[in-house]
Amino acid sequence: MASHDATASPAPLMTMRALLVRGMAVGIAGAALALVVAWIYGEPQVGAAISFEEAHADHSGGHEAEVVSRAVQKSLGLVTAVGVYGVAIGGIFAIAFAFAYGRLGALHARATAALVALLGFVAVEGVPFLKYPATPPAVGNPDTIGGRTALYFGMVAIGIATVVGAVVVCRRLAPRVGAWNAVTLSAVAFVLVNAVLFQVTPKPDAVPSGFPAETLWDFRIASLGMQVVLWATLGLLFGWLTERAARK
Amino acid sequence: MAQTALSRQSAVPQPAPLRIPVRDIVPWAVLAAVLGLVLIYFVGAEQGATSLISGSWVHEFTHDGRHLLGFPCH
Repeated sequence: MASHDATASPAPLMTMRALLVRGMAVGIAGAALALVVAWIYGEPQVGAAISFEEAHADHSGGHEAEVVSRAVQKSLGLVTAVGVYGVAIGGIFAIAFAFAYGRLGALHARATAALVALLGFVAVEGVPFLKYPATPPAVGNPDTIGGRTALYFGMVAIGIATVVGAVVVCRRLAPRVGAWNAVTLSAVAFVLVNAVLFQVTPKPDAVPSGFPAETLWDFRIASLGMQVVLWATLGLLFGWLTERAARK
Repeated sequence: MAQTALSRQSAVPQPAPLRIPVRDIVPWAVLAAVLGLVLIYFVGAEQGATSLISGSWVHEFTHDGRHLLGFPCH
């Protein structure tokens, strides 16, 4: 069955155009589902954090003029931000899939998409989240925003570099030690490298005293949940659609 | 040596179906990466740590998304 696939029909079933369009469309679908998580689980925590911020901003008097109202931030602003993020991640995901498909052992479209999504989630969300988790309003000193932003994007870069490194090492090792051992060894190396990097990178995060721990925890879980939903949609829906298109 | 190479080839008959050649992917990869990064920058960081456009409208408009997507906001 498999050898039949390899010899028959050299026609390209998969074009870059189709993959990119599919990636961006699935990114929008994933963003829509992530928005549901944001509204149910995330926004109440953002609201609680803003209330805390306002209750404790007694000094210097006078509220800053509201440039964008809370109602717009929660609705149109959030939809735009998450939607644009979904399209961008979806497009980049499609490119990563194109590189991975046919080059990760004998994995077919569905399994490749699921694996690329899992690795993408670990690289872009997992690694940065473990060191610099999402913070609600009122957490984090505005004076350190420059440094924190650089550290955050630096950690995303480290996540991508170490995941790509682990995949390259794994592919090199697989013919020599077998697939199971190759995956185990590269996963252990990945964890060790990141554990060391977590230890040597600075942690400037400042939670103001009295900030409710419950709010912080729930906010972070909501943020993580949005990313899980986005990446799971990419992995599963993109794979299903690609498999279906290839079978036609 | 030729023998091991041969046996490896026959042990892995065909890794997977029809890959897309790398040279066909690269131009798209460059384009998507650049555009994607610009979009993510505007959602995640503009008018925060760095400002290309003056004011705070972009920051305030994307405020909730920025916090919830995990970017440092302020």
